[in-house]
This record gives sequence, C-alpha cells and structure tokens, in this order.
Amino acid sequence: MDLTLKVWRQKDASSKGKFETYSISDVSKDSSFLEMLDVLNEQLIRENIEPIAFDHDCREGICGSCGLFINGRAHGPDYETTTCQLHMRKFKHGDTIVIEPWRAKAFPVIKDLMVDRSAFDKILQSGGFVSVNTGGVPDANAIPIPKEAADEAMDAATCIGCGACVATCKNASAMLFVSAKVSQLALLPQGKLEAQRRAKSMVAKMDELGFGNCSNTGACEVECPKGISIAHIARFNREFLKAKIND
Amino acid sequence: MSKLESKIPKGDLAKKWTNYKAEQKLVNPANKRKLDIIVVGTGLAGASAAASLGELGFNVKSFCYQDSPRRAHSIAAQGGINAAKNYPNDGDSVYRLFYDTIKGGDYRAREANVYRLAEVSSNIIDQCVAQGVPFAREYGGLLSNRSFGGAQVSRTFYARGQTGQQLLLGAYGALNRQIAAGSVKMYPRTEMIDLVLVEGKARGIVTRNLITGEIDTHFGHAVVLATGGYGNVFFLSTNAMGSNASAAWRAYKRGANFGNPCFVQIHPTCIPVHGEYQSKLTLMSESLRNDGRIWVPKLKEDAEKIRKGELNPGDISEENRDYYLERRYPAFGNLVPRDVASRAAKERCDAGYGVGSTGLAVYLDFKSSIERLGEDKIRERYGNLFQMYEKITDEDPYKTPMMIYPAIHYTMGGLWVDYELQTTIPGLFAIGEANFSDHGANRLGASALMQGLADGYFVLPYTIQNYLADEIHTPRMDINQKEFIQTTQEAKEKLEKLLSIKGKQSVDSFHKRLGKIMWDYVGMSRSKEGLLFALEEIKKIKQEFWSDVRIPGDPASVNVELEKANRVADFIELGELMALDALEREESCGGHFREEFQTPEGEALRNDQDFKFVSAWEFKDENEPPILNKESLDYEFIEIKQRNYK
Ligand SMILES: Cc1cc2nc3c(=O)[nH]c(=O)nc-3n(C[C@H](O)[C@H](O)[C@H](O)COP(=O)(O)OP(=O)(O)OC[C@H]3O[C@@H](n4cnc5c(N)ncnc54)[C@H](O)[C@@H]3O)c2cc1C
Ligand code: FES
Repeated sequence: MDLTLKVWRQKDASSKGKFETYSISDVSKDSSFLEMLDVLNEQLIRENIEPIAFDHDCREGICGSCGLFINGRAHGPDYETTTCQLHMRKFKHGDTIVIEPWRAKAFPVIKDLMVDRSAFDKILQSGGFVSVNTGGVPDANAIPIPKEAADEAMDAATCIGCGACVATCKNASAMLFVSAKVSQLALLPQGKLEAQRRAKSMVAKMDELGFGNCSNTGACEVECPKGISIAHIARFNREFLKAKIND
Repeated sequence: MSKLESKIPKGDLAKKWTNYKAEQKLVNPANKRKLDIIVVGTGLAGASAAASLGELGFNVKSFCYQDSPRRAHSIAAQGGINAAKNYPNDGDSVYRLFYDTIKGGDYRAREANVYRLAEVSSNIIDQCVAQGVPFAREYGGLLSNRSFGGAQVSRTFYARGQTGQQLLLGAYGALNRQIAAGSVKMYPRTEMIDLVLVEGKARGIVTRNLITGEIDTHFGHAVVLATGGYGNVFFLSTNAMGSNASAAWRAYKRGANFGNPCFVQIHPTCIPVHGEYQSKLTLMSESLRNDGRIWVPKLKEDAEKIRKGELNPGDISEENRDYYLERRYPAFGNLVPRDVASRAAKERCDAGYGVGSTGLAVYLDFKSSIERLGEDKIRERYGNLFQMYEKITDEDPYKTPMMIYPAIHYTMGGLWVDYELQTTIPGLFAIGEANFSDHGANRLGASALMQGLADGYFVLPYTIQNYLADEIHTPRMDINQKEFIQTTQEAKEKLEKLLSIKGKQSVDSFHKRLGKIMWDYVGMSRSKEGLLFALEEIKKIKQEFWSDVRIPGDPASVNVELEKANRVADFIELGELMALDALEREESCGGHFREEFQTPEGEALRNDQDFKFVSAWEFKDENEPPILNKESLDYEFIEIKQRNYK
C-alpha cells in the first residue's frame, strides 16, 4: 500500500518542531508500524536526509520503549497494543497518517519522536519497591499468598512504563502508572508493610515532577497497551487515604 | 599468550563454594565507601549486581543505553526461571539441576561454576518473592512450576509469559532503592565505547552520551560488564534491536579473552521470517512445548499443497501427521533441548516437509491440550503469547496451529571468566549472558535468568571483594591522567573515521548482509567449506563497510545511525571470530553442528579426545590472527556420556 506520513520533526529539546510530509510506497500489510518507519528511514538516508529518531528496543511489546501518537491516539488505532506491535494491516492504501511524540509537560521532547520519560524512574525511586536487601530473606513458600491476590498483583505488574496513559490523559496525570505499582505491592504480604508510606511518597514525587491530577475520566485505561484497569486507582486512593488518616 | 587460570577451589564439588566463601578476602565497611565499581548493563545480571553492591556500601556507577534501566533486554524473557527447589517433590535436587545443565551443555561447561549456579538457584526465588515478584501460584497459595526442555522434573518458576519482565522489575526496584539512597549513580542513554586500562588493570570506561553525543570517561576500581549477548551479529534474532557486543568486543581488543564465540543458541520456536523488511524475530516461549505438539505432514504431497494454500493444517488427519520429536525422541518428546529440536525442524523442512508459504515452518499445535484442559486453562498459561502471535501473524492460535521455525536467540559464548567471574584482564568482571561460563555448548531453557541473577545477587558480590580487598590503598584516579585521555582519543578517532567515510550504503544494509552470511554458513549447520567461504565474505563486507557506509547527521546530538554503525563495525569483527572458532572446532556439540561430524542417525558427534576444552581467543593486533588459548575441561565428578534424549 502507498501512504502519506505527516511526521513531527524537532532537532532537539530547545528547537521548535514542525510536521514534515513524506510519501512511502509498497508498504507490506504484514510489516509492523516501526518496520514501516525503518523503510522510510532507509529512503531518507538514500536521499541524505537525517532519519527520524524514535525510541524502540524489544519490538515485542514489553520493554515500553516505543510510544508514538498516531492519528491522535497513543500507540495508534489498535486495541491493547504497543506501537511496535501495531501492524500495517490496520491501515488502508492511500491513508494519511499523522505521527507525533507523546506530549506532556513531564515528558519533554528530546528529538523528533523521542521524549524524556525519566520522570517515571524518579517516581519509582521514591518508593516503588519493597525495602529488602539481597540475602537473608525467608523461603519463597514460607508465606502462602491467595492465588487471586497473586493474579491481581500480576495484572497490575504488567505495566511496561511506556507513558501512553500520561500522553492520553487531558491532565497528563501519571495516576494509572503510579497506582499500578502501589496496587501490585499492596496486594502482596511482602509489600503491604510499606504500602501507605509508598503511596504517599510516590504521589508527592508525581506532583513535584509536573504531572497533572487525576479527574477520573478513564481515558488512560482505554489506551493502556497492557489493559491495566483503573480499579487500581481506587485501591491506590484507599492506601493514600489511610496514610493521610494516620498522619 | 595469556595464561588461563580458572581458579577453581579445591575440595569436594558440593563444598567448593562454601570453602571459597570461608577463605576469600572481604572488604570492611569503611573501606567499601572508598571503592568505586562500574557496572555496565542493567539487565538481570547488571541490575542485581549494582543493587547488591550498593547495599553492601560500595560506590556504584551503573550504565545502560536505554532511556531507563527497566528496559534492558532481560525484560523480554518469557517462559521462566529454573531453581532446584523441588517443591513439586518430583525428584529434583541441586545435583540434578547441575547434572542436567552440564549434560544439556553437551559437556563443554565447567563443573565447579555450574554446581555453584545450581546451589544458589533456590536463593534467587526466595529473593524475588521477597521483592514482590508475582510468580504464578496454585490455589493453596504456594508457588507453581512448569517444565522446560532437557529436564524430567518441573523446576521452572514463572510469571505468566512475562517472567523476565517481573524479575527485572524486581531487580530494578532494588536498584531504584539504591539510587535513591545515593549508593548507585545511574547513567541511562549512555553507551560504553571503550575500556581504560592502567598498568594492566581495568580502571574505567569511555562512554558516549546518546543524547548530547558527549564523550566522557569514568573511573572505577573495578569494572563489571553485564552487557548481554551478541545474537544480533545475525541481524535477525530474538534479541532487542539495541542488543550489542560492543562493550565485550572492546574489552576483547584491550586484552580480555573471548570464550567459545561459535556457541550460539538457535531457538526452535520462533515466528518464521516473512519478508525482506523484517527487523527482528519474535520468540514463542519454550514453555509452549509443555502443551503444544510439534508436527509436519507425513506426506510430501500434503506439505506441498499446504505451501500453495490448497490445504489447511486442519485437513490433515491424525495418521498423516508426523510428530517427529515424539517419534525420534520418545523419552523427552517435545521437550528435547533446543539444539536438538531446532536441528530436527531444519531436517524436516530441508527434506521437503516444511509448511507455510516459504516451506520454512513447522506446526506447534495446541488442539489436544485445549481438548484436554479447555481453552481457559491454555489462555491462563499462555494468553499473552497467543495474543502476541495473533498480532504479528493475524492468525488465531486457539483455532489453527502456530507456525514456528528456529531463530538465533542466545549466545553461550562470551568473555572468558574464571571461577570468580573475572576476565583475563585483572579488575574486569563479566556476568550474565556477556560471559561464557555456565552453559557450555547449549543452554537449557529458563537457565539464563537463573544465571544472570545468580551472578548478580549471589556470586559477584562475594568474588569481587576478593579482588577489591587488595585495592583499598588505590586512590580514586584522576580522569585527566594519560591512560584515560589516550583511550578517549582512540575512541573518538574511531567515531570520526566512521563519520568521515560519507559513503553510499546504509548501516542496516551492511548488517543485513553480514547476518545473511552468518545464518547461512555459521548458523544451524556448518561445514569447513562454508566457514572458509564465510570468512572471505565477511572480510569483503568489512572492507566495503569501512569505505562506503553512510551516516547522516551530527555527532553532537542524537544520532542513531552513528550508534548503529559503531555497533555493526564490532559485529563484523566478531562474526569473523565466530566463523574462525567454528572452523577450528572439528566436532559437533550442542548448538555447534559441523556437517562433517555426525552419527549415522544425524545426531551431533562430539570429540572429547581432541576438543574437551574452552576456546579462549586472544587479540594480538589488527594485522595478526588471534591466538587460541585452551582451557581444558576436567570432569572430576560426573561421567561424560554421549547425550541421549531417546
Ligand atoms: C525473547 C527472549 C525470551 C527469553 N526467555 C527466557 C526465559 O524464559 N528464561 C531464561 O532463562 N532466559 C530467557 N531468555 C534469555 C535471557 O533473557 C537473557 O539471556 C538474559 O536476560 C540476559 O541478561 P543480561 O543481564 O545478561 O543482559 P541483558 O538483559 O541483555 O542486558 C544488557 C544490558 O547491557 C546494556 N548494554 C549493552 N551494551 C552496552 C553498552 N555498550 N554500553 C552501555 N550499556 C550497554 C543494556 O543497556 C542492558 O541494560 C530469553 C531471551 C529472549 C531474547
Ligand atoms: S519496542 Fe519494546 S514495547 Fe515497543
């Protein structure tokens, strides 16, 4: 199929960006979206134009590196998918596709479609872990955990940290991301001990880093490539409330 | 010639590690604060090492090329992690895990290292559970296990089809905790491009900041490489796009021996290649072989019709299906080790029984398991893998069998290390997939995660102290001293040279050409003739690369083409060493199959008389062939046998 691509190009963080239009022909419907961009980049290199920069690594939907805003949707038109797992069969011959980076105050653009998501690391550094050192821990089967709790913790833990939730939210809130980690650890006896402290410090960090507030529109859940539910936000709110009451 | 001292502790196999720990030197807490350790890589090996060393009180600097340590390639591991817990009470033990690993590796791994790995495996599971890793559980609340290839017990722990993700997020959490505590300083989007030696010891690294293009140097009393494997030499592999060999390769060029470069693992169950534009291959976890049965049509006519699209797999009756693994290897069936399963698939396809439009595919069929267990159970076990398969191929594996074919997946070879995980350069350590140590000529499934975490949590934090205890009087070095400046200069010159070529061909076009040669001649099946041809071709690619590569853009900013070119330059040289190693090893063992050396039934024919050693290659200089050093493998505790999975 032949396509027209409108791609956001921006030299670096301090430059102003703009859309450039490229055409590309003979795209296979079985190729992935990023493979389509590879082909475009090869074409640009032949023309001695600098290729388009975008983040990607695993191309299996698990590392969370990739993340493009495609035709106004995080990770494009498919449901529960990352950009690297989006395939061209979701588009038609003759389509015009608009490709932008994530847009959020907390995720400044680095170049073209690449953004800085280090704010997510900073949030997790503020408490998204269980405080245990290596060694000296009990046997793995010493504390039985109900299967339901383990499964639900796993649902939350599948977050890949791509940032689609933030890019989709009109307030650029990181609530789904934060609540997934808080919820995963609060559901497990190992993480429960620190649950309230964790919730409090992660929220403080999130506010400090310029993410917006959650107004419960649920848009984030719809675009999450891993289908993480906003039910975790509710659990998070409980932990947070308990922490406030105990203050 | 460097001397290979494996430093295996004396005594009974089961006591070696205990004895080592009892006798090794340690560093006291006050001195730990004075010592800097560089850890390159934040996969399972690097993240666990950096976190554990930080907890102990060392000053750690941690590096990765991704924007976040959480995105290291380990995140993609699917199926599971082994440990000799024997929770299912099915006869497992430390000895059995050790034995299976040595046998699986076709008797080309070091006994003492592998035993230690099996010994600490249980601690890993305890550690991960304590961190909040949500492993799969049974209704009684206890941990669940599954089986992997090459074992007759169920010792694999898993978190759906995302085990690597969950283990890495656990290690990343521990790392984050140390970053917050100030004991680890994290440098993401930073690529190591050279190693600094001072008076023969590893003392630092040269890095390129992938955002600003700045070249910096960092000092460490010791340097740890946890930079993963080199499967991307083949261009198409299951590795992440950025996985590279550069850190290990630059260390090789500074004097570290490279162990068994030709030992690469070809995974039997990957989604087949489907087009020229393809950028990578996707693994379908080995765990699927627990419930999936592998087959091709028994009749060539049927296979032909399927390839033309005139028949569907469902049209082939039971008696006309050839479950060739169950037929050839009744004892292990679909769960034979990877090298055996891969070769068997190639054999069927080469003989004309392959399916899919290219004929380079076999079926992995879940029909009988779905009938036995129900679709829900299968969804619970493998849901995310099935979904991934459907996204890529547009076919529903609940309804029609998956199509799979072998692909490059893992590299057993890597930097040569001794029992302490130290390379031949004093002060330079290598852990995880980056070293050659534990898997011999073939790795068993679910053992890479185990090894990465064993190295990082439980081995290196001990052994590195034996080295550092003698470094407490070494002050932090000034990065303006001559060795640092000199190495930086050399690394810069290399980049400038690449940029100055201004040729016509893209980096990827060279990488694809290299990959094709490697796959055809240094892949699943190798011969003297083919290897000699490959060596010639690789030389040509190298020459053309250095005279005609095109790298647009500016070096002082994000420049993805420059990053790739810098890596591909190393892949080309490493490809050459792999071919040379494969040529020298005149036997078949594990993943290394030389056509000239096979049994009448087509099984790999090992030659213990002449090749029971580790090949450790030593770089001389650009114009001289490397030297082959040999570490003899002495099996004191187990009897060497012909591998048999029948
Ligand atoms: C698809 C897939 C599935 C797998 N499934 C399983 C499984 O189920 N069970 C199992 O046991 N094994 C599995 N494996 C193998 C296993 O995942 C890997 O062997 C293991 O994760 C390697 O871990 P590592 O820490 O050694 O390196 P990696 O995870 O590869 O990490 C390498 C790190 O080094 C950094 N790095 C590399 N080069 C540089 C450089 N030059 N400068 C700076 N940083 C650098 C990277 O940024 C990264 O942080 C799987 C592999 C694949 C590809
Ligand atoms: S590249 Fe890893 S999730 Fe898309």
